[in-house]
Amino acid sequence: MQTKTKFSALVLFLGPSLAVIFVFFFLPVIIAFMLSFTDFDIYSLGNYGYLRFVGFKNYSTLLSEPLFWTALKNTFYFVLVGGPLSVATSLGAAILLNSKFIKYKGIFRLVYFLPVVTTLVAVSIVWRYFYHPRFGLLNYILSLVGIGKIDWLGDPTFSMPAIILLAVWKNFGYNMIIFVAGLQNIPTELYEAASIEGASAWKQFVHITIPQLAPTTLFISLITMIGYFQLFAEPYVMTQGGPLNSTLSIVLYMYQEGFRWWNIGYSTAIAFMLFFIIMIGTIIQFKLQKEGED
Amino acid sequence: MKKVLVIFIATLIGVITFLPFLWMIAASFMPTGAANTYPPKLFPDKFDFSHYTTLFTRLNLTKYLLNSLIISLGVTLFSLLLNSMSGYAFAKFRFSRKKGLFKFLLSSLIIPAQVTMLPLFLILKNLGLINTYWAILIPGMASIFGIFLIRQYAFSIPDSLIEAAKMDGATEMQVYLRVILPLCKPILVTLGLFTFMGTWNDFLWPLIVMTDANMYTMPVALANLMSEHVQDTELMMAGSVITIIPVLVVFLALQKYYIKGIMMGSVKG
Repeated sequence: MQTKTKFSALVLFLGPSLAVIFVFFFLPVIIAFMLSFTDFDIYSLGNYGYLRFVGFKNYSTLLSEPLFWTALKNTFYFVLVGGPLSVATSLGAAILLNSKFIKYKGIFRLVYFLPVVTTLVAVSIVWRYFYHPRFGLLNYILSLVGIGKIDWLGDPTFSMPAIILLAVWKNFGYNMIIFVAGLQNIPTELYEAASIEGASAWKQFVHITIPQLAPTTLFISLITMIGYFQLFAEPYVMTQGGPLNSTLSIVLYMYQEGFRWWNIGYSTAIAFMLFFIIMIGTIIQFKLQKEGED
Repeated sequence: MKKVLVIFIATLIGVITFLPFLWMIAASFMPTGAANTYPPKLFPDKFDFSHYTTLFTRLNLTKYLLNSLIISLGVTLFSLLLNSMSGYAFAKFRFSRKKGLFKFLLSSLIIPAQVTMLPLFLILKNLGLINTYWAILIPGMASIFGIFLIRQYAFSIPDSLIEAAKMDGATEMQVYLRVILPLCKPILVTLGLFTFMGTWNDFLWPLIVMTDANMYTMPVALANLMSEHVQDTELMMAGSVITIIPVLVVFLALQKYYIKGIMMGSVKG
């Protein structure tokens, strides 16, 4: 029977970190939950006496506010189009990197990975100019293949695709690394056996690579989805949510309501909606995975 | 044939990935207005360093660099200490409800940080810490993900090493300092790297708690500069280059540790 660790040692080793996490993470979560049922606004900020309990009013206001639905729609657009595109690009890059034809893998990996480590605000600014309708590099490249000038960030049709493109470019390297590890864990005998039986490269990809990578793909889809639901810096820097609110995301809307207009009760309700959506999304992903296994 | 195609596509992706960086660097050295030409140029006709001088003299970039550096290093050091202590405790200490407590912490990783931001802002405001380094340092001092990483690594340390040290009369603190920390060095570098780069690149939280221009971090200063100098392409590119360089240097020096960290974080435990 092994002895238990002394209580004093527990306090010394676990105390500081748990105290920080409880006071500066869990406590704010609880306060946020309570605030979402109050009318905490700029007046209450000066005097807490003005604070009133309003029940579900913030949530009902939210659900009847067109701007919230716009933010919701835009965020889902970003997550449902950008997410799969990101994951697919990562997988494609990982397969390329894993190919026996590629020499100097280290250099390719480094270049593919560079956007991941760079500051999001800085690259968003770079891409803002990259997307410039008249002088931007992207429109120049497109003009070489005969595509006319597109006002990427000024046209509501193209603003979200532009942000998705930036996000894919910025993030694919991260998941690529995880996919490469997943690919290397697939037993080579599986491919050898399939080759002997005459399966094409595509068949091998569908029947070996995809199923073998399923756990990796679930993990990657999950972290990508959770991260993408929190879209903020790209629209903040590139479009401020415009044009015509076409890139207003949930977090950007929450930021504006909370920290620009100080509608704190309302803003925490938005934050909880985000939490709720992420939770549902996570449950759905796990369910889909389970069904795939059955 | 297949080989040529694979190499071609891989190179093409590489070029596309690198192109925005290439243009950013090139434009930052162009004289004012030269980046706004058609067709766009990927190399400056002549090198002009004036945007960099402007940033460091008239626009006070040194101050923001220093703010970012102090905050990023501070968060890194504090969080390494706190996370390593509790990560080690979760791996090796024996106490009731250890598993349950850890599971609870892990499951809360699903809560997006945005949920905590308004109350956290109010708490820090009441403590008088808004527009101080502490507003970023304190909430960053411990992280569940950091504790998780250290715990995973500390499992691999044999119990016999710890027992032997205790036989020799070492206290828990001495075991931690003399046995655990040296053995955990690789994971500490990894976690430190993640924390430093994450803090440096962070935008939303510094934007919220640093409202005084003297306290801006680099990303906040850059976004703010953008609103005043949006027409000044070359200047903005120079600012972007300077923001990116520190994280890039740190990353290039310690690349191996970063890649390992991604793998560890992606292994369920």
